[in-house]
Amino acid sequence: MTSQSAVESTGGVGQSARALARVIVPPVVVLAGVIGVWYFMSYRGLSDSQRFILPPPHEVFSDGMLTWKPLKEILEGLWATTVVVVVGLIISIIVGMAIAILMSRARWIERTIFPYAVALQTIPIIAITPIIGLWLGFAFNARVLVTVIISIFPVITNTLFGLQAADRNLHELFTLHKASSNTRLWKLELPAAQPAIFTGFRIAAGLAVTGAIVGEFFFRGGQEKGIGRLISFYQNRLQIDRLMSAIVLSSLLGVVLFLIVGAIGDRATRHWAPGRRR
Amino acid sequence: MSADDPKAEASASLSFSGVQMTYPDGTVALEDISFDVKPREFVTVVGPSGCGKSTLLKIASGLLPETAGSVSVDRDRLGYVFQDATLLPWRTVARNVELLCELHGIDKQERARRAQAAIDLVGLTGFEKHHPRRLSGGMRMRTSVARSLTLNPTVFLFDEPFGALDEISRERLNDEVIRLFESEGFAGLFITHSLYEAVFLSTRVLVMSPRPGRIVAEFHVPFEYPRAPELRFTPEFAKLSGEVSAALRGGYED
Repeated sequence: MTSQSAVESTGGVGQSARALARVIVPPVVVLAGVIGVWYFMSYRGLSDSQRFILPPPHEVFSDGMLTWKPLKEILEGLWATTVVVVVGLIISIIVGMAIAILMSRARWIERTIFPYAVALQTIPIIAITPIIGLWLGFAFNARVLVTVIISIFPVITNTLFGLQAADRNLHELFTLHKASSNTRLWKLELPAAQPAIFTGFRIAAGLAVTGAIVGEFFFRGGQEKGIGRLISFYQNRLQIDRLMSAIVLSSLLGVVLFLIVGAIGDRATRHWAPGRRR
Repeated sequence: MSADDPKAEASASLSFSGVQMTYPDGTVALEDISFDVKPREFVTVVGPSGCGKSTLLKIASGLLPETAGSVSVDRDRLGYVFQDATLLPWRTVARNVELLCELHGIDKQERARRAQAAIDLVGLTGFEKHHPRRLSGGMRMRTSVARSLTLNPTVFLFDEPFGALDEISRERLNDEVIRLFESEGFAGLFITHSLYEAVFLSTRVLVMSPRPGRIVAEFHVPFEYPRAPELRFTPEFAKLSGEVSAALRGGYED
C-alpha cells in the first residue's frame, strides 16, 4: 500500500504538472507565433518612417503597458467599460430569459417573437443611433442599451433550446402526477435547461464587451470615459502603442468574463451535466 | 369494480373491462381486454414486443384514454415504474424520491419522513446524497421504485423495468420486488417479455397475443412466497414455464 501510494503521489504531481502544461503550452506557443509574425511585419513590412503604424511588440508593451500614465488611463477606461458590460449583461440575462420562457409556453408565441429576436441581432447600431439618442440620451443608459441589443440573442436562443430539451419520459412522469404548467417550468424545464442557459451566458458575456465598446463609439456623453472612447481617441492621434495596449486589455476583459461565467456554470451543474470533453 | 357478490373478498384494486385501444390511423393495439387484479395479487402480462403491453399500463394510469371499455382504479394511489428510471439528474437520491410527494403537495417534514422510509425499504440507505450519475442501473431503478412507494400505492404498475439491466441485477431486483410485494401488500401488474421473470414473480400470468393484443391464456402460479432464487431450477417451475412458452408461441399461430 505504501509503495503504491508513493508511485501514485509522484504520478499525481507529475500528472497535474502535465495537465497544467497541456492547458498553458498551446496558447503560449500560438502567442509566440503571433508575436513572431508581428515583429516580422513591423520591421520587414514597414519602412522606418512607416513603423509608427504598427510598432514592434516590445515598444507597444513598454510604452503602452509599462508606462504608468497611459496604463492608468487605459485601466480607468477599462473599469468604466466593465460597469457598462456588467449592467448590460445582467439586463440581457433577465430580459432574455424572460423572453425565452414566454416563447416556450406555446409554439405560436415562439413563431411570433422569433423573427423580431433575429432582427434585433442584425440591426446595424449606427442606423438606430438617433432613435436611441432620442429615447435614452447619449450617455450611460444608451451605452447599456447597445450592450443589451448586441448580447441578448444567445441568451434567448440558448435558454429556449434548453427549456425544450427536457427528457420526454420526465415530462410524462409530471403529466402522470398532474403537475401544473408552472410546476413543470420550475421543477423540470428550468433545471434541465441549466447547461444550455450557462452556455448562452458565456457567449453573451463576450458579446457584451463588444457591445459596450460599440456603445462607447456612438454614445460619448456623460463623465465616464470607457475604453471605446479611448480607442477612438488613440486612433485619431495615431498613438498606436496605446491603441494596441487598449485593444489587448479589452480582449483580456472579454476572456476573463467568459471564464468567470463558465466557471459559475460548471459549478452549478457539476453533479450532473455531461462534462466537457478534455 | 366487479364486487357484486357480497361474499367476494376485497374487490379488485384494478379492473379492465372490455378495454380496446384503436389508434387514429386504425391500428388496433388492444382488443377486448378484461381482467382484474385484487389486493395481494401479482399479475404479469407476458407477450412479444409491440403487442400493446405498455399501452395497457398507460391506459390504466390515465396517460392514454381507452377507445372503448373502462378501467377502474384509484389513480391517486397508483405506483408506476417506467422502463427508464426517469430520475431528475440534478437532484440527489433523497430529493428524487421526494418528488412525487412534492407534486402532490405533501409538506416538507412528512415528505422527508416518507422518502427516508422508502429509501430504507429498497436498500439504498446511505445513498441519499448521491446523484444519479454515480449510481448503477440497478440502483437507479431502486430509486425509481422508492419514489413510487412514497405515495403508499395500493396498485403498482411495472413497465418492463428491468429490461435494460444485466442478468444478475435483474434477478436481485426480482427478489426485491417479491420482498416489497410481501411486505406492502399492493396489487401488482407487471409487464415483461421474459416468461421466466413472469412465472418467478407472479401469482398469475396472462399471455397476450401479438397485435391486436388479446389475452389468449391465463396461468395460475401455485408457488409459495417468499420465493427462493433456486425455484427457477425446479422441475415444477420448468413445466409451468414450458406451458407459458407454448401459449406464447400459440398466440402467433392464432
